[in-house]
Amino acid sequence: MKNNHEFSREHLLFLKSQRRSTVFVNTMRMTILIAFLLIWELLARYSVIDSFLMSSPTRVASTIKNLIVADNLWIHVGTTLFETVAGFLIATALGTAVAVALWWSESLRKICEPYLIVLNSLPKIALGPIIIVWFGSGIKSIIFMAIIITVIVTVITMQNAFLSTDKGKIMLLKSMGATKLQILSKLVIPSSLKSFISCLKINVGMAWIGSIMGEYLTSRQGIGYLIVYGGQVFKLDLVMASTFILCLLAGAMYALVALLEKVLIKEK
Amino acid sequence: MNKLLSIENVSLSYHTMQGEIEALKKIDFDVFSGEFIAIIGPSGCGKTSILSIIAGLLKPSGGKVLLNGEEILSPTEMIGYMLQKDQLFPWRTVEANAMLPLEIHGAKKDLEKRKNVQQLLKKYGLWEFRRSYPSELSGGMRQRVALIRTLACSPEILLLDEPFSALDYQTRLAVCDDVYAIIKNEKKTAVLVTHDISEAIALADRIIVLTKRPSKILNLHEIDTDKALTPLQRRESKGFSSWFERLWRELNYEK
Repeated sequence: MKNNHEFSREHLLFLKSQRRSTVFVNTMRMTILIAFLLIWELLARYSVIDSFLMSSPTRVASTIKNLIVADNLWIHVGTTLFETVAGFLIATALGTAVAVALWWSESLRKICEPYLIVLNSLPKIALGPIIIVWFGSGIKSIIFMAIIITVIVTVITMQNAFLSTDKGKIMLLKSMGATKLQILSKLVIPSSLKSFISCLKINVGMAWIGSIMGEYLTSRQGIGYLIVYGGQVFKLDLVMASTFILCLLAGAMYALVALLEKVLIKEK
Repeated sequence: MNKLLSIENVSLSYHTMQGEIEALKKIDFDVFSGEFIAIIGPSGCGKTSILSIIAGLLKPSGGKVLLNGEEILSPTEMIGYMLQKDQLFPWRTVEANAMLPLEIHGAKKDLEKRKNVQQLLKKYGLWEFRRSYPSELSGGMRQRVALIRTLACSPEILLLDEPFSALDYQTRLAVCDDVYAIIKNEKKTAVLVTHDISEAIALADRIIVLTKRPSKILNLHEIDTDKALTPLQRRESKGFSSWFERLWRELNYEK
C-alpha cells in the first residue's frame, strides 16, 4: 500500500468517492432493516394492524427467548440443520459423480437425457407420499426429499460445466497422449471449479427447500415443524420467529460457501 | 540430411449425416531432419487435418505417416504440437504449465527432464516468472511458455498450427523471430501450417502449396532466401517480394 501523499489529487478524490459509496450502501441497508422493524412494531403497538395475525418484532423476540429458556430451540435448529447439511452434502457428491459419468460416456448421456429433463421438470413434492411410505415418517424421508430436490440441479449444472471445457485444451492434452482420466483430472475438473462453487450456492437454497418441505410433510421437530405447528394452532408469533431463525441459518450457510469460494479460487 | 518423417499418399474423408467430404487427396511429402516446412493453402482446405494426422490424433482414410520408418498410430513424445492459441491453463503457474507434458507421461518426478524444462525457462527469460500465472504475462511471453511446454519432452518434430494468428501484428513479428530462434537453437524440425504467405516465406526452407478441397499438393517450393537471416530480416531481403507474388498468384489462381 502506498501512502496517501504519493497519490495525485484526482486519485484521492476517486478513492474518497468510492469509500463514500460503500458507506452509503451499508447505511441504507441498515436503515431499511431498522425502519421496517420500527414501523412494524409501531403499527402493532397502536393497533393499526392486528398483532395476533401479524405479530410484532418484540413478540418475535420474546418467543425466541421463550424457546431458548424452554431449552428446545437447539433441538429444532439442530434437527433442521442436520437434515439440510446432510441433504446438501450427499446431493452435491452424488450429483457431481453422476455428472462425471455423463461426461465420460456420450451414449450414456444421450440415453439419460429425456429422463433428466422429466425429473428436472417434475415438482418433487409430488413424490412426498411415496417417500413417506418408503422411508417412514422421520428424518430419513426429509433428508431424501432434500437430496432429490438438490441432486438433479447439480447433475445438470455440473454436466454443462464439464461439457463446456475448452476444446482446444482437450486437443492439446490428447496430442500429448493423455488418457481420458488425465483429461478429467488435469483439465475438466479444475476448469469447472467456478461452476462448482456457483452450483454449491444454488444447492444451499435447494437443500433448505427440501428439508423444510420434508418437515411440512412429516416431522415431530425442526424449524419447518415449528412453522407448520404455529400455523395450525394460530400462533403467528411462533411462525414469524421460526422464519426469522431460518433466515439467519440460510444466510450463515451461504456465507460459509462464499468463504470457501475465496479460499479455493485464487486466480482472477 | 536424413529423412525424419514421410507422409505417404495420405487421404482423409469426413463423414456427416449429410454425406462424405473429401478433405485430403493423396498427400505425399517428406520432411528432413532440421528443416522448416510451411504448408499454405486456401482457407478450409484441410491444412490443420494434416497436422492432426501427423500428431496421431486423426486416423487417415488412406495412406500412412512414418516417423523414422515406423508408422504413427497414436500421439508420441517424439512429436510436439503447438496450437493456434497458447492454451495455457490459467490455474497453473508458468512452471507448472511447462511441466504439464511430463505429468501426462508419468515423468513428473524425472529429475533430468525437470531440469531440462527448468533450463529452457532460464535460457529463454522466463525463470523469474516461473511462479506467475499466465494472466500476468504478455501475449508474446505466453507464446514462449507454450513453446517451452511443447519442447518439454524433447520432441524431434514440432507441429505449428498458425501459432501466431491470435497475436496482434506487432507482437506477431517479434514472437515469430523469437520462436524461430528457439526452434533453430534447439535444432528441431518444424512443420508450420499458416494462411499467411509472408509468414511462410519468412520462416520456411520449403513451402508446400495445397489446392482447395479435396486438397492435393499443387507445388513444392525450395525457398532460396538467406538462411542466416532472422524471419524479420528475410521480409526485407530482395527475393522476398517476388516469392510473395508467385505464391499469391498460385493461391489465387486456385480460387
